[in-house]
Amino acid sequence: MSKQITVPFGPQHPVLPEPLHLDLVLEDEKVVDVIPTIGYVHRGLEKLVEKREYTEYVFIAERICGICSFIHSQTYVQGIEQIMGLEVPERAQYLRTIWSEYSRLHSHLLWLGCFADSMGFESVFMNAWRLREHILDDLEATTGGRVIQGVCKVGGVRRDISPEKLDEMVKGLRGIEHELQDLTNVFLHDSSIQHRLKGIGVLKKEDAYYFGAVGPTARGSGLAIDIRETGYAAFGKINFKPVVEHDGDCYARCAVRAKEMFTSIDIIEQCAKKIPDGPVDIKVTGAPDGEYLSRAEQPRGEVIHYIKGNGKKNLVRHRVRTPTFTNIPPLVTLLKGCELADVPVIVLTIDPCIGCAER
Amino acid sequence: MFSRPATLMYPAKPAKKTDATRGHVKINPDGCITCRSCQRKCPTQAICVEVKEKTWQIDQMRCVVCAVCVDVCPTKCLIMDNQYRPAMTARGGLEKFTVAGPKKKEPAAV
Repeated sequence: MSKQITVPFGPQHPVLPEPLHLDLVLEDEKVVDVIPTIGYVHRGLEKLVEKREYTEYVFIAERICGICSFIHSQTYVQGIEQIMGLEVPERAQYLRTIWSEYSRLHSHLLWLGCFADSMGFESVFMNAWRLREHILDDLEATTGGRVIQGVCKVGGVRRDISPEKLDEMVKGLRGIEHELQDLTNVFLHDSSIQHRLKGIGVLKKEDAYYFGAVGPTARGSGLAIDIRETGYAAFGKINFKPVVEHDGDCYARCAVRAKEMFTSIDIIEQCAKKIPDGPVDIKVTGAPDGEYLSRAEQPRGEVIHYIKGNGKKNLVRHRVRTPTFTNIPPLVTLLKGCELADVPVIVLTIDPCIGCAER
Repeated sequence: MFSRPATLMYPAKPAKKTDATRGHVKINPDGCITCRSCQRKCPTQAICVEVKEKTWQIDQMRCVVCAVCVDVCPTKCLIMDNQYRPAMTARGGLEKFTVAGPKKKEPAAV
């Protein structure tokens, strides 16, 4: 047996957008063990729930993450609405679906850019972010914010989208769809990319289930887990199939994300067709008394918001389990046995968002 | 290869904005009745209203531009401007306005 050495990886590393620290135990060039550490960007947002009213806390829930911000606020208000037994107008449900799919598109494009950049594929990085700009423009025009939308509120949404704007948005998405197709084709069919990704970092289906992988990490390993299928918001009235790949390697996880973007465009188009007229919010009185586990599908996987209230304006407890947090044990399994040079690529294929994971 | 760059040369050129863009909060001091709804609803406690002195103060560095104050304002004297505030290099951001205050009741006709 050769001598073991420990190489620190992160929290600051050129490929990592966020501070995740890994102690890599190496034997020659092979990783034999990984000790992950998080805790560099903890902000204590969950404690703040005791100091703010439950209606104001929506804005804090939204700021847990800078990428899946809308879905965080959506999950939080869904939990509150379930506790208080509020019937949210159907139009608001459809609008929430549209915006959550928009944030999925923007997150996947951001990831695609970062990932391509980490492998030195700069033209894909620039083109992905150029396309992402269209998505952000639409988000800004409809909600007022590029990444922090601030449109969710308890009992509905704060803004409506006019039918003309909806048509324009769908046309815009159809317009960039072929560019997106070109981009993903270039990325997925490039021989050097395939050489770099295929057969590397394989997560078996049983391991993915056992270690609690969620989102594209689980779906890349053949586990068809997609919380959108539970039909929250308007997803119950939309036809879609979760994208599943069976190889479980880095390439499969990339392919899942690339194909999910087209599913999202399809969902937005269906929503624009089916959206009913009507009010977008209801008047809310009283305060939540009870507890609820609210779930939603983020770009990175399943997010759970646990909310407990005692009938007062301030909640008693709020706990968030983010997808990156559950994807760290599968990541540790993935890294064992890989080459040191493959570590950055494997880490980025789970799309880590540490700001989310630590809150 | 010879096309123009896709990026916008901000801040040399103004940023793209839409009508819905939340830039920063502005007040029309004549309309304010110092009801303090905005102060109560502000999630970051950026707004401070002094009823006796008839002043309305906002800390633009605390403000997260959520537009809740604009939504609750009963006289619609708070406005969401779609221009972003320029970057700051020193502490500050406090803006204080003297406002009209509550409307005096007309003396009852004799």
